[in-house]
Amino acid sequence: MMQRASAKSTGAYAPASAKNRAAESLRRLWKDKVTLVSLLFVLLVIFSALAAPVISPHDPTKGSITNRLKPPFWVEGGDPRFILGTDQQGRDVLSRIIWGGRVSLTVGFVCVAISGAFGTLLGLISGYFGKWVDTLIMRIVDIQSSFPGLLVALTFVMVLGPGMWNLIAALTFNGWMVHARMARSQVLSMRETTMVEAARAIGCPTSRTLFGHIFPNIISPLITTYVLEIARIIGAEATMSFLGYGIQPPQSSWGLMIGEGRVYIAQAWWLVTFPGVAIALTILCLNLVGNWVRTELDPLHRTRH
Amino acid sequence: MLRYVTLRLGYCVLVIIGVSLLVFVITHLVGNPVDIMLPLQATEEERAQLEHQLGLDRPLLVQLKEFMSGLVRLDFGLSWWQKEPALAIVLERMPATFQLVLWSFLVAGVIAIPLGIIAAYHPGSTLDRILTAAALTGICVPTFWVGLMLVTVFAVRLGWFYTSGYGTVRHMVLPVLALSIVPMGRIAQIMRFSMLDQLNKQYITTARAKGLDEKTVIFKHALKNAAPAVITTIGVDLGRMLAGISSPVEHVFAWPGFGSLILDTIQHQDFPLLQACVFVVAIIVTMINLLTDLSYGLFDPRIKY
Repeated sequence: MMQRASAKSTGAYAPASAKNRAAESLRRLWKDKVTLVSLLFVLLVIFSALAAPVISPHDPTKGSITNRLKPPFWVEGGDPRFILGTDQQGRDVLSRIIWGGRVSLTVGFVCVAISGAFGTLLGLISGYFGKWVDTLIMRIVDIQSSFPGLLVALTFVMVLGPGMWNLIAALTFNGWMVHARMARSQVLSMRETTMVEAARAIGCPTSRTLFGHIFPNIISPLITTYVLEIARIIGAEATMSFLGYGIQPPQSSWGLMIGEGRVYIAQAWWLVTFPGVAIALTILCLNLVGNWVRTELDPLHRTRH
Repeated sequence: MLRYVTLRLGYCVLVIIGVSLLVFVITHLVGNPVDIMLPLQATEEERAQLEHQLGLDRPLLVQLKEFMSGLVRLDFGLSWWQKEPALAIVLERMPATFQLVLWSFLVAGVIAIPLGIIAAYHPGSTLDRILTAAALTGICVPTFWVGLMLVTVFAVRLGWFYTSGYGTVRHMVLPVLALSIVPMGRIAQIMRFSMLDQLNKQYITTARAKGLDEKTVIFKHALKNAAPAVITTIGVDLGRMLAGISSPVEHVFAWPGFGSLILDTIQHQDFPLLQACVFVVAIIVTMINLLTDLSYGLFDPRIKY
């Protein structure tokens, strides 16, 4: 995966203008077809999620019994109006996948926005202040992350009841540790640099040193974590919805579609297959994009492989 | 060595207590189980009666004290759902999960370790790229969906195996396969990465230069040094898998293990049973972590505890 095109032409260490660097990035991306395709796929999912009300061919929550369990259009008995077929209530599978993507992305982005902000903040504090603050925060991180996230999420939902916002709360509660670890490790490597020392020497207040000097310099590895976490959260949302503790009907979610379609697995393979492909491809492409972001933002990483 | 183990065991106890307390706090402070257990139109009297029956009307500190003293005696009370000692119910379900998880890891290891070594031996080759891509895909695909796809093809279409249930080999093949996909991908990734890391080191060049045959270089030198990283991954993943991550797959195949017990617990909002589940999970996770750390000494004589 890390097999980049040779780095000899890029001059990774030569000072380059921002414009040149962007052009180089694009050229590398163009050569790396797998990453290019995954990036396009992620953009497609984001676009279709945003434009769901416009591009969705049917209402995702309304169906008619006369159209129930129609196979995809290329299979015998298929109806060209329903490209990926219909479900047990006659609802269009493609439309439900498009609307489901909206839910998955919302959950992914909101969770990572909150847990990322919280975790990064705690990681910054932990790494910058060290001593007992560091020990305390990192012990909490250790304890909480030694625990399987699925069980914690289920416990949350058991107490709060199922639903999208409760699920977001549960997954957020569970997702901050990785950001804290990441931010802390980055701060530790920044803390002793001359730049930070200089900032302190001229009397910058702690908050300014942390957010004005350290944070902007460690943002790139953090971004990679954010992208990979969105992928992980989308998987977790799908699992929880599949089990019946996430998104509730009649709302549409990929995991929920699989859970509902499971009963009809003998007659209607498409109900389980297509939403699953959507989940798998989205998570896979987000991972590939995450890896790409890492190599692009970190020139050292690029030449190492 | 003894000192190290004692210290670590003390830390394990701390984690187990910490996690149990965390769940106690979540279940008792975040919401009221009575709200979810009773229908919406329940009267105040019915609510008070149920609260009294479950002991939830007592002061929180009294409940906490009772919970802690129960924790010390390994007594979590009777399950609300099954009216039997909670811990006994959990332990009764463990063997099925052990069976499922151990077989999955055996399958995963037998396939992934050789593939990881081969990929690391030919870095950048087509085979390496295919294996790397396959490993990433394996990690990204949701397990419950893999399970359902296996059911569609091998149980519904071909009729080789049973769709669900427990007992014979024909019941076991599909859940074991479904559960082995993620560890297979993870093990292959780590195996490749740490093997590649070792193969680039100077002692390998030395070993080759002094005329050792390639087999000895790879298996006696490189593999032995690459092993600890792989063992950590297997250990941690094994612990998490035993500790409830197997639930979606157990749910798909109606496997009567710990994973499906967790889902039952959540469905019945059974606090004592949940506490017992969490306790067992915490023990498994911490013990596996400890054993993993101790196993390093077997591979690296420099490590002394």
